[in-house]
Amino acid sequence: MRKLLMTAAAVMLATGAAAEGVKVGMITTLSGGGAGLGIDVRDGFQLALQMAGDSDVELVIADDQQQPDVAVQLADRMIQSDQVDVLTGIIWSNLAMAVVPAAVAQGKIYLSPNAGPSALAGAQCNENYFNVAWQNDNLHEAAGAHANEAGYGSMFILAPNYPAGTDALTGFKRFYEGEITQELYTTVGQTDYASEIAQIRASGADAVFFFLPGGMGISFMKQYADSGVEIPLIGPAFSFSQDILGAVGDAALGVINTSQWSKDLDNPANQAFVENFVEAYGRLPSLYASQGFDTANLLLSAMEKADISDQAAFRAALKEADFDSTRGEFRFGNNNHPIQNIYVREVIMEDGVLTNRIVGTALTDHQDAYAADCPLP
Amino acid sequence: MSAMLLIEQALNGLQLGVMLFLMAAGLTLVFGVMGLINLAHGSLYMVGAFACAVVAAHTGSYLLGLAAALAAAAAAGALVEIVVIRRLYDRDHLDQVLATFALILVFSEGTRYLFGSLPLYLNVPAALSGPVMLPGGIAYPAFRLAIIAIGLAVALGLFWLIARTRLGIRIRAGESDRQMIAALGVDIRRLYTIVFALGAALAGLAGALVGTLQSVEVGMGEPVLILAFVVIVIGGIGSIKGALVGAILVGVTDTMGRFLLPQIFATFMDPSRATGVGSALASMLIYILMAVVLILRPQGLFGARA
Amino acid sequence: MTRERIVNAFLWLALLVVPLAAAQMGQPYIVSLATKVVILALAATGLNLALGLGGMVSFGHAAFFGVGGYAAGILMNHATTGAALPFGLSGTNQMIALWLAALVASGLAALVIGALSLRTSGVYFIMITLAFAQMFYYFAISWPAYGGEDGLSLFVRSQFLGVNTFDPLNFFLICFALLSLALLLSATLARSRFGIALQATRQNPQRVEALGIRPYRLRLTAFVISGMITGLAGALYADLNRFVSPAMLDWHLSGEIIVFVILGGMGRLMGPIAGAALFIVMEHKLGGISEYWKALLGLLLLGVVLFARGGIIGLLAGKLRHV
Repeated sequence: MRKLLMTAAAVMLATGAAAEGVKVGMITTLSGGGAGLGIDVRDGFQLALQMAGDSDVELVIADDQQQPDVAVQLADRMIQSDQVDVLTGIIWSNLAMAVVPAAVAQGKIYLSPNAGPSALAGAQCNENYFNVAWQNDNLHEAAGAHANEAGYGSMFILAPNYPAGTDALTGFKRFYEGEITQELYTTVGQTDYASEIAQIRASGADAVFFFLPGGMGISFMKQYADSGVEIPLIGPAFSFSQDILGAVGDAALGVINTSQWSKDLDNPANQAFVENFVEAYGRLPSLYASQGFDTANLLLSAMEKADISDQAAFRAALKEADFDSTRGEFRFGNNNHPIQNIYVREVIMEDGVLTNRIVGTALTDHQDAYAADCPLP
Repeated sequence: MSAMLLIEQALNGLQLGVMLFLMAAGLTLVFGVMGLINLAHGSLYMVGAFACAVVAAHTGSYLLGLAAALAAAAAAGALVEIVVIRRLYDRDHLDQVLATFALILVFSEGTRYLFGSLPLYLNVPAALSGPVMLPGGIAYPAFRLAIIAIGLAVALGLFWLIARTRLGIRIRAGESDRQMIAALGVDIRRLYTIVFALGAALAGLAGALVGTLQSVEVGMGEPVLILAFVVIVIGGIGSIKGALVGAILVGVTDTMGRFLLPQIFATFMDPSRATGVGSALASMLIYILMAVVLILRPQGLFGARA
Repeated sequence: MTRERIVNAFLWLALLVVPLAAAQMGQPYIVSLATKVVILALAATGLNLALGLGGMVSFGHAAFFGVGGYAAGILMNHATTGAALPFGLSGTNQMIALWLAALVASGLAALVIGALSLRTSGVYFIMITLAFAQMFYYFAISWPAYGGEDGLSLFVRSQFLGVNTFDPLNFFLICFALLSLALLLSATLARSRFGIALQATRQNPQRVEALGIRPYRLRLTAFVISGMITGLAGALYADLNRFVSPAMLDWHLSGEIIVFVILGGMGRLMGPIAGAALFIVMEHKLGGISEYWKALLGLLLLGVVLFARGGIIGLLAGKLRHV
C-alpha cells in the first residue's frame, strides 16, 4: 500500500513538473434546430485533440441551447466554478456578443470557432479574443467580388432582417460593383419564400445573392428549384454546408458558394483531417468542423510554445498561429482575425453524395474591413 | 409592379392559407369538442413530416410517405390522448397548457434522439415538380397548386363529415353539451380519441406537405403552432368554417404584407430604412390583425357568443 | 401556524440560507444561480397576481419582462455611451432610477395591453396577450439602434447606494430583498378588499357585477400591478446577465413563467418561488445527465401535472385554506 502511494505521489509530482495543462470551456449549441453546427464544431475540436494524442487539454462542454442568457450563465459558471483558462465554442453572433466582452474583460482567452461579429473585429477588439474562422462579412464580400468577376451586371439580394442578415448584405455591397436591382429583407425563421421568389422572377436580375442560414436556406432552395425561375444563385457557405446539403437535395446542384475552406483543399493537414473525420464520425465534415479542428490545433500549438500561467506569452504564441491549418497557411491580422483566401465552390454530386468543389478563388489574402478600427498593433 | 406578380402573390397567400387551415382545423376541432388547448399539435405536425421523409426515402414512393404521415400522426395522437390527455379533460386550461407544453419537450428531444439533429431530406415528387403554366402566362409551381387542391379537398371532406355523417353529428353535439351526449349513450371516450386522432392526422398531413417544400427538422412545428392559434382565434374557436376563413385571411395578409409593405414605405422613405421598417411591420401584421379582430369581435369571426 | 405558513417560511429561509452558505464555501456560481431563481420567481410572482388571484391567463407576460429589461438596459447603455435621450433625459447607472424606469415602462405597457385585452376572456384572452407580446418581440428584433436580434451588451452592473454590486452575494441580497417586498405586497393584496373582490371576480364575475363592482376595473388594476412586478424582474435580469435581447420577449419565456406558477401551485404565495427553484435546479442538474435532458424535464413536468395537483405547495401544504 505504501509503495502504491509513493508511486502515485511520484507520478503526480512528475506530471506536475511538466507544462501545465489547459482547461477549456466549450459553450456551443447542442440541442434544438441549430444543433448541427455546434455538434460539428465540437466533433472537429475533439478530433484534433484525439489526433494529437495525449494532450494536456481538459475539455468541459456545455449546451447553450442557442439562448443568450443560458450562454452568459454557462460562461459565468465556467469562469467562476470550473475555473477554465480558455473559452470557445459559440456559434451565433448574438450569443458571442453577450459572452465574449465580459469574458475577455475578466482576463480569459476566447477562441472563436465560428461567430465573427464586426463589433469584436473593430472598435471592441481585445487582445484576449482570437477568431479562428472569419469575420462575419468575409464570405459575403467574397460573393460580391465573385459576382463582379462572373460578369453579373445586376443582382437581387436578400437576407433575414436581423444584424447578421444586414451585415451580410452590407458585406456583399462593399465589394460588388454592379447594380442592385432589389434589396429584400425576410423575417427571421420564415420558411415560405413564395412571395420573395415571385419578386425575383419579376426582377429580371442577372443573379441572386442570398444569405439564409439553416432551415431558412433549405426551404428557400427547394422552393426556388421548384419554381422554374432560372436566375443563378450565389450565397455564402452557410447555406451549403455539408450538414445541410443532404436535406436540400438536387435543388442545390450547381449553386455557387463562397467559403474559406473546402474538403478538396489540397494540403496534407486537410487531407488527414477529412480522412480521420470520416473514419471517426461516419460523415463528411462541414466547414464548421474544420473550424473546430483548427481552433483546437491553434490552442495546441500555443501550448507547445508557452505556459498558460504566463498569459502574455501565451497570447503571443496564439498570435503566431504556428500550426498546420486545414486551410494551409494561416495568419492573424492585427485584430486577431484571419487573413486568408476565400474560395468559390460549386455544389456537385460525388459518389452519390452532394458536396462542394472549389472552382476558383474570389479573394486572396483577404483582411476584414474593420481591422483598421482596432487599436491593437 | 405587374398584375401577374400580384396574382402570383395572391396564389401564394391562398396556398399559405390552405396549409394553415390543415393545422388549424385539427386544433379547432379538439378545442371545440373537447375544450382542450393542445400545445403539442405542432409536435404532431413534426411527426407527420418525419414519417413522410423516412418512408419516402426508404420506399421511394411519395404517396406511401404521405400515407405514413397520416398514419403515424394519427397513431401518435391516439397514443397521447389515451395516455395523457384523457386525464386532463376536467382540469383547468392551465394544467392542459402545462401538460402539452411538457409533451412538446418530450416529442422534440425524442425525435432528436431517434433521427439526430440534422434536417432530413424530403423533396417534391418528380410528377409534381417544376412549374405549370397558368392562364395569363403565370408560371406557378405544380406542387403548390397540388397543396391548394389537397387543402380545399380536405376542407370539403371535413364539412361533409361534420354536416352529413353520424360522427359529425356527435362532434357537433359534443361541442354544445358534453354531458348530455354521454347521458344519451354515446361513448365519449372513443369519440374523443377519434377526434384527437383526426386532428393529429390533419396536422401530420400538413407537416408532410410543408416539409416537402421547406425543411424537415426538429422544432419545425412551433412557429406554425403559433400561427394556427392565431388562425383559430380569428376564425372563432370550434368552427371549421372559421378556421378556413381565418386561415386564408391570415395567409393572404401575411404574404401580401411582406410583399407590399416595404414597397409602400419605399415611396416616402429611403430604400434601406423602408425595407427595415416594412419588414418589421410585416412580421407584426398578423398579430395586429388578430388584436383588431378580437377587439371588434371578441369571440372571433364565426365563434359562438360566450 | 398553518401548515402553509410553515412551508412558506421554510422556503423563504432556504432561499436565503443556501446562497449565503455557498458564498462562505467559495462557490460564487451557486449564488448566481440562486439570483436567477430569485429574479424568475419575482417575474412569476407578478404573473401569480394576475393568474392565481385574478384568473387571467396571460400568455404574454414576457412582454413586460422584456420592456422592463430594455428600459433598464437602454438607460444603462446611454449612461455608458453618453448619448442623449429624447425629452432631455440622460442615461443612468443607479439601480433605483433604473427600477423606477422599468416599473413605469412596464406599467404603461400593461395598461395599454390590459385595457385592450380584458375586453375578451377565456382562450381569446390568452391569445391576444400572446399576440401583443409577439408584436413587441418582432419590434425589438427589427430595431437596430439597440442591437436588434443581437441584443445589447451592458458592460457594467448598475450601482446601488455605494454597495459593491459586482459581488454576487451583494447583488443576490438586493434581488432577494425586492422579492421579499413583492411577496409582502402580494400577500397584503390577497387579503385586502381589493384582493378579495378580485378573487370573487375570478370565481363568479356575474355575481360581482350584480353587487355593483366593475370586474373590468379590478382586473385591469391587477393586471397593471402584475405587469409592473414582472417588469422589475426584467430590469434585474438585464443587470444579472449584463445583457438584454429580444429573447426576453419570446413567447417561450411567457410559457416558462406560467410553468413556474403552475408547478409551484397557482394562487399560493410561495408557489412561484417553489416552481422557479425546482425548474432551474432541474435544468441545471439534468443537463449533466443526458444531452436529451429536456425530454426528462418534460416527463417530470408531466408527472407533476398529472399526479401532483395544486403544484408543489399543494403537495407540501395541502389544499388552499382561507384564513
